[in-house]
Amino acid sequence: MQIAVISGKGGTGKSSISAAFATLSDKVVLADCDVDAANLYILFNPTHEEEQVYISGQKAEIDYTLCTNCGLCASYCRFDAISLVNEKITISDILCDGCKLCSRICPTEAISMIDSNDSRMFAGTFRNGKMVYGRLAPGEDNSGKLVNIVRDKAKEIAKAENIDTIIIDGPPGIGCPMISTITGVDSVVIVTEPTLSGKHDLERTIEITSKFNLKTWVIINKFDLNEDMTLEIENYCRGIDIAIAGKLGFDPQVVQAMVNCKSIPEWIPNSTISKQIREIFENIKN
Amino acid sequence: MINPPNIKIAIASGKGGTGKTLVSTNLFYTLQQNKYPTTLVDCDAEEPNDLVFFEGKLVKTYEETQKVPVIDKSRCTFCGRCHDYCNYNAIFILPPFKIIKVIEDLCHGCGACSVACNDMAISEKDESLGTISCFDIAEKSIIIEAKMKVGVFSPVSVIKQAIKEAGNTGIILLDSPPGTSCPFIHTVSTADFVILVTEPTPFGLSDLKQSVDTLKTLNKKYGVIINRAGMGDNEIYDYLKQEHIPLLMEIPFDKTIARNYSKGEIVVKDKPEFQEQFLTMFNSILEQNANSSHQR
Repeated sequence: MQIAVISGKGGTGKSSISAAFATLSDKVVLADCDVDAANLYILFNPTHEEEQVYISGQKAEIDYTLCTNCGLCASYCRFDAISLVNEKITISDILCDGCKLCSRICPTEAISMIDSNDSRMFAGTFRNGKMVYGRLAPGEDNSGKLVNIVRDKAKEIAKAENIDTIIIDGPPGIGCPMISTITGVDSVVIVTEPTLSGKHDLERTIEITSKFNLKTWVIINKFDLNEDMTLEIENYCRGIDIAIAGKLGFDPQVVQAMVNCKSIPEWIPNSTISKQIREIFENIKN
Repeated sequence: MINPPNIKIAIASGKGGTGKTLVSTNLFYTLQQNKYPTTLVDCDAEEPNDLVFFEGKLVKTYEETQKVPVIDKSRCTFCGRCHDYCNYNAIFILPPFKIIKVIEDLCHGCGACSVACNDMAISEKDESLGTISCFDIAEKSIIIEAKMKVGVFSPVSVIKQAIKEAGNTGIILLDSPPGTSCPFIHTVSTADFVILVTEPTPFGLSDLKQSVDTLKTLNKKYGVIINRAGMGDNEIYDYLKQEHIPLLMEIPFDKTIARNYSKGEIVVKDKPEFQEQFLTMFNSILEQNANSSHQR
């Protein structure tokens, strides 16, 4: 089964909980789909067994030996990416969206498209199974596609190695990469925190997940930071029929686990929080 | 009212949840309380939250749109040129069956298909990507919120428009989206200075390094705020020293701060000594910025 852990708001403890899930059961395939800021490899230090180049898009480039400075390309570009800089037609790497229109209409064929090929997918072995993760190069877009590549690889490995459980650590936000993360999974776990921003983001996240008709769970992390807000979130979830998988208290040992490159159950196996996470995980799996 | 300097400061972090919004809203509050008229742009268009902390009066709101092609099937000859021109695979075509469809979710609105079509079969319509809203918060201080429509492929267009709306004069704070991908780059590329907010943990450090590498390639001035100082480990301090990155401020890990923030309260409210820290930091940023302008 595939379990995706997401959170609208960043920093709610999503990765710590994914890491905990990944070390609770028998062997798992762990897919780190937070491709913009992949972090789980820090905890698990996987071996490097496979690497795949991911082409995230294209950028236009001018060959100045052919360019006549006519400016036709600038008049067609809808991304304000082409302008005259010191009387010379210039394409901004940042603003270029890679649509290729300029290259197609250039009368002297002076513009070519260069693949953005700095992004990668990695796969390897960690102490409780297999791990796949993506790393999007800075400034790249289209991370939804890289998420799909990571997930496909995870499924392929799970099948080959006969592993039942795939844990997916998702990206923050509600955009395309998050949607790619949850499409077709068996359970979605949303990790939130009892803050106004947390609640606000949870609502926006559920607005999306509810469209996918997936079994959805909410974990309220650091619930004791603001028990009134926790109650509000619980009531909200009850009202829309979404199960609270559990509440976890604030525990400074969670950070200590991370500092020591361990998951929470690995670092403090007999603590209350580890016991609670184990219960939550059993709940979700059954 | 002090004559405000012209400066655009982006508040960013690789990792989510490190305190970008905490810093943005409290810096905004401090400046505004100390007679600096300030514009805060909430560029975290997927999950905008700055307005949770302020009561404001909506003065202006409008939709940001993009063009999406509409194909007139009575004119279409199913030649396939539009499909070939589209670099985003947003046009699906099966000529033998006379089927042609625009997949609007994939369209970036570049207009290439219209250029490709020789049969005048393509016109365009506006499709909403989200909203830009401006709120008056206090005298001459405003918040501009970029809010992406749920399900849109990228927040970049809404972010760009919100930053444009803020103009180029006075003090402008940009609360950036997390990460180092396209939305982040579009936000920080317009800034004079970037404040990176991080926390002293291995995840925080790893994401900080990625942000710093990105800002270096963009040739930006930047400094770091360590939030929740005192928890985690000290590696981040060694990194800052080694890379000669200015540590702008430390915000201690403190349950009261966390609790007040969770209620949607401004943490520096009624805390002049805390406001003083934000002001000192702001002035040091102005100085660093002035120095770098001289060098140019």
